[in-house]
Amino acid sequence: MKKIFSYTEGLTRRPTHYCPGCTHGVIHRLVGEVVEELGLRGRTVGIAPVGCSVLAYEYFNCDMFEASHGRAPAVATGAKRTRPNLIVFTYQGDGDLASIGMAEIVHAANRGEKFTTIFVNNAIYGMTGGQMAPTTMPGQHSTTSPGGRNCDEAGYPIRVAELLSTLTTPAYIERVAVHTPAHTIRAKEAIRKAFELQAEGRCYTFIEVLSTCPTNWGLSPRESEKWLENVMMPYYTLGVKKRPEDFDGGIFHGKH
Amino acid sequence: MAKVLMKGNEAIGEAAIRAGCVHFFGYPITPQSEVPEYLAKRLPEVGGRFVQAESEVAASNMIYGAAGVGMRVLTTSSSPGISLMAEALSYIAACELPVVLVNIMRAGPGLGGILPSQGDYLQATKGTAHGDFDLIVLAPDSVQEAVRLVISAFELAEKYRNPVMVIGDGMIGQMMEPVEFPDEVKGPPLDPGDWALTGCAGREKRIINSLYLDPDFADRHNRKLKAKFERIREAEQRWEAYNCDGPCDLLVVSFGMMSRICKTAIEELKAEGFKIGLFRPITLKPYPYEALRKAADKAKRIISIEMNMGQMIEDVKLAALGTKPIDFFGMAGGLVPSPDDVVAALRDSLKKAGAGGKAR
Amino acid sequence: MPKIQIMMERCKGCERCNDACPQGIVKMSKDLNAKGYNYASVVEPSRCIGCRLCAISCPDVAIEVFIEGAQYEFFAY
Repeated sequence: MKKIFSYTEGLTRRPTHYCPGCTHGVIHRLVGEVVEELGLRGRTVGIAPVGCSVLAYEYFNCDMFEASHGRAPAVATGAKRTRPNLIVFTYQGDGDLASIGMAEIVHAANRGEKFTTIFVNNAIYGMTGGQMAPTTMPGQHSTTSPGGRNCDEAGYPIRVAELLSTLTTPAYIERVAVHTPAHTIRAKEAIRKAFELQAEGRCYTFIEVLSTCPTNWGLSPRESEKWLENVMMPYYTLGVKKRPEDFDGGIFHGKH
Repeated sequence: MAKVLMKGNEAIGEAAIRAGCVHFFGYPITPQSEVPEYLAKRLPEVGGRFVQAESEVAASNMIYGAAGVGMRVLTTSSSPGISLMAEALSYIAACELPVVLVNIMRAGPGLGGILPSQGDYLQATKGTAHGDFDLIVLAPDSVQEAVRLVISAFELAEKYRNPVMVIGDGMIGQMMEPVEFPDEVKGPPLDPGDWALTGCAGREKRIINSLYLDPDFADRHNRKLKAKFERIREAEQRWEAYNCDGPCDLLVVSFGMMSRICKTAIEELKAEGFKIGLFRPITLKPYPYEALRKAADKAKRIISIEMNMGQMIEDVKLAALGTKPIDFFGMAGGLVPSPDDVVAALRDSLKKAGAGGKAR
Repeated sequence: MPKIQIMMERCKGCERCNDACPQGIVKMSKDLNAKGYNYASVVEPSRCIGCRLCAISCPDVAIEVFIEGAQYEFFAY
């Protein structure tokens, strides 16, 4: 019997603490598989955020930091700049990256730091029990938007992939999802491309992954996937938002 | 190596390079910006990395990343910037990482002023950030000593795998003084030992983390950190006792630039026959309590002279434990007491001490 | 004939594999694992086509897939 799908060496054997049906686990597996399949694990350093995936340092089978809330891109900058041969990635949730850590992610991308960010967007704060996040949808209920997100007061959800794509500095930015097998397969391709670009030392790479949060959305895993598809995806459109070859620094070289 | 006339901030940058540190992450803030400016030019010459971060919050987490992968690293800032670095310092201490940071103090609180002050003493030695942890804090009184202490800061940081702060008031950073540097880079490169994240090829993966969900482990870890600081306390206390050999009318306790101004005042009054000693702590942490107590025992009265509203005086009281009356003289807001200001304050204390100098 | 192996103790009963299986042969067992979840199990092993979609959907890396001889390559993964 030939094994055609096996437990990846990219992850430790430790069972995760994630809730049933939470797709953090799928995203972890994709990153672990890619790092292992590209033969990078031996020189990879991952950086866990504060949030549901804080314990990622137990799950990825490579050297791991745990960073303070929102600061993983700065930790990654320190690591990658001083040991450029390392493959460095930050794994961050939407509270960590899009709220407290917004300055860090914008400036890391703008400096063109050569690491990879896996940004898990599940439109809520998970670990702390379901508060509103910058990515929470209009009208979406959370423990701090009990009547549903009121955009007149809390503003509209932030589309980080698009936001970072407006920066001139070259980067590879794509948004994917993992709520169906087909989407998961395409998500892995995007994550592989990101790590390949990093291995080439080409540019900053950023993959935003739409993810479910059954517990704090108050839905079953199956309903969560439907909600993600029907409510999140029309707003957080999938696809490549920026490629390094799109770089247009022409204005600086007298071309405009 | 010949003496060169150099601005304190630049000397601090060069000292780091001579200590084998070629990576810097920092942010502009007066009165320390010449350090990043100097290193932005110098580090590429020595194959190092210079990054201007988007904030001190980011800079402090960048040094966490650099130290975590086993590289020598420096950051410098001034008072408000150090406040922004607090959280990361707690993480760095908890994860036992060797980093050196320099605080060139400016007047506070709030945005404060850009003139020199010693208003961050308690922040550095007592209340740096959340949780039980201890910085090693070194306070130079000259540009030359700043160079020496920056170099030993790297040695201490690596010896104990602990953050070390070199703290000086604005003048230490801004004034120019002749200074000498060691020729060659001191010591071997940082040994990543069995803790640094250098990639798990050929070994078990490593984790640098300060999340402790298990309280038993957390308690043991806190005790381990405290035991480490006890070793530091026993081995690394440094001070200067000036004119403190015999009994004296008054013992002045002062650190950094302020203590040099006190020496001038003491010399002046010495000529009038007054016996005044000066105790200068060089390690603000671990504070030299025992040594200060010995000096205090020989004095009728003590006065703590600082460029703040009275912070180190708390440690002076701890050292004396009520055995001697303690006065305080200080200026804040960026004012620097002149020798005459100090002489006047010393005369008050001498009067209270009932000390009569030679008839004038 | 292809087959999947479910690490029963890792399963959290989220049913994603159930939804993903084109053959509809992965169901939740009546029994509970140590964590108290109705874990996934294969009801008609003979109809498994080794497409790996269950394993791809599993958030807990609880499924491995085996085949006998050549496998019809549905997609690269």
